[in-house]
Amino acid sequence: MAIGRQGTGSSPAAGLLQRPQGTSGIASWLTTVDHKRLGILYILTSMTFLGLASVEAFIIRLQLAAPNQQLVSPDVYNQLFTMHGLTMVFLAIMPLGTGFANYFVPLMIGARDLAFPRLNAFGYWIYALGGLFVYTSFFLGGAPDAGWFAYAPLTSLSNNPGNGIDFYMIGLFIGGIGTLVTAMNLIVTIFSMRAPGMTMMRMPVFVWMILVTAFLIIFAFPPLTVALFQVIMDRTFGTLFYVPSAGGLPILWQHLFWIFGHPEVYIIILPAFGVISEVIPTFSRKPLFGYPVMILSGIFIGFMGFAVWSHHMFTTGLGPVANTAFSLTSFVIGIPTGVKIFNWLGTMWGGAIRFATPMVYALAFLFMFVIGGITGIMLAMPPFDAQANSTYFVVAHFHYVMGGGALFAFLAGLYYWFPKMTGKMFSDRWALASFWFFFIGFNMIFMPQHFAGLMGMPRRIQTYDAGLGLEIWNLVSTAGTFVMGVGMIMIVLGFVHAFRSGEPAEDDPWDARTLEWSTSSPPPHHNFDEQPIATDRDAWWAKKYPDLAHADDGSAYEGIDFDAGGIHMPGQSWYPFLLSFAVFIGGYGVMYDNWPLAILMGLVVVASTYGWAFEGVGGHHVHPRSSAQEGAGD
Amino acid sequence: MPMTQWLRRAAFLVGGMLLLGGCEFTGLQSTLDPAGPIAQAQHDLLIWSYQLSWIVMIATFGVMAYVLIRFRRRRDDPDRIPAQFHGSAPLEIGLTIVPVLIVIAVAVPTVRTIFATETRVTPEAGDVIVNVTGYQWWWRFEYPELGVVTANELHIPAGRRVILNLDSADVLHSFWVPRLAGKRDLIPNQNNQLWIEAPDPGTYYGQCAELCLGAHAYMKFRVIAESDAEFEAWADSFQTVDSRAVQADPDVQQGYQLFATKGCTNCHTVQGYRDGSSVGTPDFPNLTNFGLRTTLAAGIVPNDRENLEAWLRDPQAVKPGNYMPALWQEDDPNADEEIAAIASYLLSLGAQSGPEAQASLGGSHGDR
Repeated sequence: MAIGRQGTGSSPAAGLLQRPQGTSGIASWLTTVDHKRLGILYILTSMTFLGLASVEAFIIRLQLAAPNQQLVSPDVYNQLFTMHGLTMVFLAIMPLGTGFANYFVPLMIGARDLAFPRLNAFGYWIYALGGLFVYTSFFLGGAPDAGWFAYAPLTSLSNNPGNGIDFYMIGLFIGGIGTLVTAMNLIVTIFSMRAPGMTMMRMPVFVWMILVTAFLIIFAFPPLTVALFQVIMDRTFGTLFYVPSAGGLPILWQHLFWIFGHPEVYIIILPAFGVISEVIPTFSRKPLFGYPVMILSGIFIGFMGFAVWSHHMFTTGLGPVANTAFSLTSFVIGIPTGVKIFNWLGTMWGGAIRFATPMVYALAFLFMFVIGGITGIMLAMPPFDAQANSTYFVVAHFHYVMGGGALFAFLAGLYYWFPKMTGKMFSDRWALASFWFFFIGFNMIFMPQHFAGLMGMPRRIQTYDAGLGLEIWNLVSTAGTFVMGVGMIMIVLGFVHAFRSGEPAEDDPWDARTLEWSTSSPPPHHNFDEQPIATDRDAWWAKKYPDLAHADDGSAYEGIDFDAGGIHMPGQSWYPFLLSFAVFIGGYGVMYDNWPLAILMGLVVVASTYGWAFEGVGGHHVHPRSSAQEGAGD
Repeated sequence: MPMTQWLRRAAFLVGGMLLLGGCEFTGLQSTLDPAGPIAQAQHDLLIWSYQLSWIVMIATFGVMAYVLIRFRRRRDDPDRIPAQFHGSAPLEIGLTIVPVLIVIAVAVPTVRTIFATETRVTPEAGDVIVNVTGYQWWWRFEYPELGVVTANELHIPAGRRVILNLDSADVLHSFWVPRLAGKRDLIPNQNNQLWIEAPDPGTYYGQCAELCLGAHAYMKFRVIAESDAEFEAWADSFQTVDSRAVQADPDVQQGYQLFATKGCTNCHTVQGYRDGSSVGTPDFPNLTNFGLRTTLAAGIVPNDRENLEAWLRDPQAVKPGNYMPALWQEDDPNADEEIAAIASYLLSLGAQSGPEAQASLGGSHGDR
């Protein structure tokens, strides 16, 4: 590996701060550059935000349990659903996918880390602190309240004088930096750090989907950044991009937001597809059916994701021609998605299916994603969308896709990879019991919302009248939150128990197919004692069952010592955290027009960047084959 | 409810969910109970796609169930490794064609319906034109050809096409009368158009469908479809209106004066309130012929004396978040009397066409 061969000489610490060496304690977590630790941090942080968003959702459902309730004021209600959506999309589900990518892309391609470990740490910290920034709004005058897509001109200073919108705009602006750098990091890693023999068409589908996702991020986030910047300028410096009285066109925000926002949906769902494409083959004991088609359809979905944004805007009066165009492009996305569903079924066909927890979650994903996909096609019909848009039908649709789809897929991934990440085994029986609460509760909540929407219930209203036929649907929906809540608590308890006192996990408990299962559970800091070599698509399976695979003989790599001179492990660093922290504090400076603070933090950013650039290679080498030498200095 | 009734209700609900119709799904604001040509076309498309969805779901979930049962791991042979096949080109091509066909089956009627329901129309003879302006959190309806301005209740003649020009005075709103037509957004600096038609007289419920903060949940309205004659009479009552020709009831008279002295006229227009000059501004609900309204505060409550007095006393209690101020301190000893008087006056507006109770208040009143 490239990293293994470079930096053999020792370099003096040139920065202001020493690169720490400790592997325990808080400092070691703040300065870590290990992709596995950062992956776990991503997963834990996103789970924390998921919990917060669930509490918000629970209050929303209590408020809507019956007509004309006054549990929360309209103002608080607006903050709750805005923060719920914002949190779930930007701070919970998307980073959950990033967490898995962080942990498993290097392991799956047989690498020792991401290409830029410190950049990876920076990506995590700026995401976590960006999320924290948004959440401090609850204590600093009120959270954003204009919905997660924050339509102009509701966000203008005259319509929304509090700081809530500033928290939204600046918080997403900060968080977006982290998403972008992580995407670039993943692209470079996937292109340049694959194990010997792992051609692009031998990569696990999860890695492929992460690659497509990373490209989507790079093309999708700039329009959002532009739009956020415009509103920050409007609110802070008095520009007039979205001020109608000065001739501003509020519709521009919708175009910029959704040309980001639709790809964002695929940024969330494609990694989920990737997880499913790993879990289903493993638990069917068969290779993925139609691998090239799966890859191609993933790329096609990603590409088309940029051509459908206006289907969020069918009711804005774009006219019949534009609505037809965007309707047809949206329908077209149904084709590769349908192909994926067929191929997952084809993978199971003829297999030996084990109903372990990850597989059960994957099957639940299939079930609910088909429903969400069908309502998606229905909503892509502009005449029906005219009725359903902005109603609970849409709410039900995107929860089936994002919750029943992405979240269930990531839970499948969490159960699938939990033994690998922790070295502990969870109780399958407890996990399945919690699954049924979670699954039934979810469907109780969201299935009735389709009908509430069709019966004329708009979304984002904090109350509704009796007598419109909405009572029964809302009551069942709220009842479902209790069932799902029980499931959620059981899931958390199950994981906590497994982590503290679970049975030790085997290295390969599922008889899986990809390289992460070839190393120990949990993997050592350097991931693999021996550089793995890919001789077939499912590289680990091919090694275990050479008779059943069409593997190369691998002789091309025989006799090459890939780890001559030991494996270089990068040193830890304070700069990613420091840099993120300065951006975080600087955000408050910009928001409160406290320019000395903003400028000071800008200087800290410059200084940390400088320190980062010149702190030297650092790190140490490990020699797993001769453990006597392990940990010997540079 | 006894058990059997619950079961019947549940059966109707489930049956309705499967068929997307039935008596449980007729509601005042239900898209499943269309009453106009646009809502009907949108509904037909929904039903078509819903039926197709059932075919897709039955096929997909059927195959899935078959696979899960047929190919589950057997207890008697737990370590079996199945044949490792990677795909099948003919099958994959075939399975790509299936979604293509489904998409075509949905796309053709969709495009036809888009052009039938969303093409901008030019007014023809017989059409009624209404300029709709959304405000936080009420609706202004102006009939430019009839010289009528009103709020929150859109009167239309049944069986005639009504062309709505949609605009917003502040943030985004969305005009939605589910039983007549799907929604269309009201966007500042953008001229949107929607047309509706109600074949039968009746009252159709509408609601703002785009988040506009504050009292968004209370931004409702009614569309009241009437026979041609009733509609003409309603519109004519705005031409002949003379608010000073109110009933000779002293309560009404007092209310008429308080309407100015308490500051109502700073915002609200009542046509003919004064000779030769108007009161209020166009950016607040026009109260001309207020007594003819069936609802209050943008479709929130029925327009009767009790609700009106409650509204005047504490607008925030009726419609949290709205911009109407409370005009009386809680300990104001005159509050009850004055509120009753203003309510009497407001309810009398539009009722003056009744022949028996007509009287003039004379020119001296209302001058300040």
